[in-house]
Amino acid sequence: MSAAAPLIEVRHLTKTYGAGEAAFQALKGIDLTINRGEFVAIIGPSGSGKSTLMNVLGCLDVPTTGSYHYQGIAVETLDNDERSLLRRYALGFVFQGFNLLARTSSLDNVELPLLYRGLPRAERHAKALAALTAVGLPTKLASTPSELSGGQQQRVAIARAIVTEPSTLFADEPTGNLDSVTTRDVMTLLTRLNLDRGITVLVVTHNDEVAACARRTVLIKDGLIESDVSRSG
Amino acid sequence: MIWNAFTLAVREITRNLTRAFLTVLGVFIGVAAIITMVTLGQGATLAVKAQISNLGSNLMLLRPGAGFGFRPSAGGVLNFSEQDAEIIGEQVAGVAAIAPVRSAAMSTIYLHTARTTPIIGTTPVYFVINKWVVASGRLFSQADLRTGGAVCVIGETVHRELFEGADPIGADIRIGKASCKVIGLLKGKGQAGMGDQDDTIIVPLSTLQRRLVGKASAHDITQIVISGRDGMNGDAVIADISLLMRQRRNLHANEENNFSVFDTRQIAEALGSTTQLMTTLLTAVAAVSLLVGGIGIMNIMLVSVTERTREIGIRLAIGATSREVLLQFLIEAVTLSCIGGLLGIVLALALCVGLASLIHVPFNFNLQINLIAFLFSAAVGILFGYAPARRAARLNPIDALRHE
Repeated sequence: MSAAAPLIEVRHLTKTYGAGEAAFQALKGIDLTINRGEFVAIIGPSGSGKSTLMNVLGCLDVPTTGSYHYQGIAVETLDNDERSLLRRYALGFVFQGFNLLARTSSLDNVELPLLYRGLPRAERHAKALAALTAVGLPTKLASTPSELSGGQQQRVAIARAIVTEPSTLFADEPTGNLDSVTTRDVMTLLTRLNLDRGITVLVVTHNDEVAACARRTVLIKDGLIESDVSRSG
Repeated sequence: MIWNAFTLAVREITRNLTRAFLTVLGVFIGVAAIITMVTLGQGATLAVKAQISNLGSNLMLLRPGAGFGFRPSAGGVLNFSEQDAEIIGEQVAGVAAIAPVRSAAMSTIYLHTARTTPIIGTTPVYFVINKWVVASGRLFSQADLRTGGAVCVIGETVHRELFEGADPIGADIRIGKASCKVIGLLKGKGQAGMGDQDDTIIVPLSTLQRRLVGKASAHDITQIVISGRDGMNGDAVIADISLLMRQRRNLHANEENNFSVFDTRQIAEALGSTTQLMTTLLTAVAAVSLLVGGIGIMNIMLVSVTERTREIGIRLAIGATSREVLLQFLIEAVTLSCIGGLLGIVLALALCVGLASLIHVPFNFNLQINLIAFLFSAAVGILFGYAPARRAARLNPIDALRHE
């Protein structure tokens, strides 16, 4: 990983679903550069391709054509397992649907990425506890997802995403299933992680209030970037 | 990595105890059923074989009536006379010994205990032919037969039931209306397939005729037992006996035999093929239960495929490699299948030991069927636990996450 390279650098990126007559081009040629420590909101109408873009950037999906460098690594040349390792060591995810393991305690959910990193039990436990404390849930360690509210589940999911201290946090509609009060809590949390820990945050949203938290807003329309606006301060 | 996957697998099992239980149950029932059935079936076959060899290899039976069923002489069936036995013994080459048998079920009483016991009236040769020896006392002799003395020898079952363990030698028991002195206790032969051979009282034929039931006609012999000489041709001897009996009964060429004669080989074949058939049927039933168990496992695995695909998506998204995910699922499936299989084997052993003594067949541990049942059900469990995971782990994480 080259320190000089930008964190995320995408050139002429396209993504096509299906083939032949039924083919649908979700991304039609994206050029985008994101630097370390940015807080970027990707906005756009439904079906514009913003989630597809985030999945490709988060290495959950592969582009059809174009190049994608993450910290200088050519992601499009990696195989499945190499992308898994990239996610394990550098990326964190927060989803609209939380995606916690069912019937599994908050602590175990947050410990899971550390288990794949092969950390010893005591260290896993300490880090997971610290992450859950950071998101304000130190008292819900033993609760399973079904025993938690939506906001609490999303905070467990954020704790799971940050417990590995990723360089980038991807959040796909993180507040889509939450009310306005918990939306504000979650966004405050993401902002603090960005400012205090220097984690680069990418948020996909169609909520203006959420987008307003970001210092840079990328508008996607019809598979292309329509505008890319940074505000100072 | 393996230890990690094992930790994950055990966690996943304990979190989904219902699913784990149902998977284990499927393997468990299948394995237990097929092992029990096959083991008991083989035990029964062995028991029958042991009993046949106990009868002696040269034993032949002459019974009234056509066909070869074990039935008491019914009305209308012509029994044999003592003369029949004598003449067969004299005229048929290859006959070593021959004994006429008259049997009757009679009430027997000793002190305050009463029961109905099969009584056999015969000659001392009968003991030789059927390989009876005494455990204590003596067998009755030719002299006892001549005088028609009130003596008897009793089987082990009679001793147990009537005397409740007390020494029977010299005791007087009441058979029907007469009193008989017990002079011998027979050594036990055990029981199985053909009924309890030890449940018997054997008296001299003359005693049975004169003292116990009375001689109604010359044709009062219900069975003739014959032992052949070593190395005799069984089929030829049987043919000779048949021919002789047909002559003695003046049967025309177009009349069928109104008696039947067969040897232990034929009995063994008949009994053997019956137990073989039973074993095959039971095994078929057990195989079906193994199959049903397998389908149960398939079902529970397929039902949980959606949930598991999403789970795999989550694991992949947070950085698990597909190999790690697959290893976890493989360990899960192997663990559950093996637990079910081992429990099945334990239950089968318990059932076999318990049932074997209950239905009086020997218990023989059959390693082969244990292995086959275990491997088959384990294979089903592993295949259906692993195959959906294999498919899911190959998906892009995002496709696995979106799986509906």
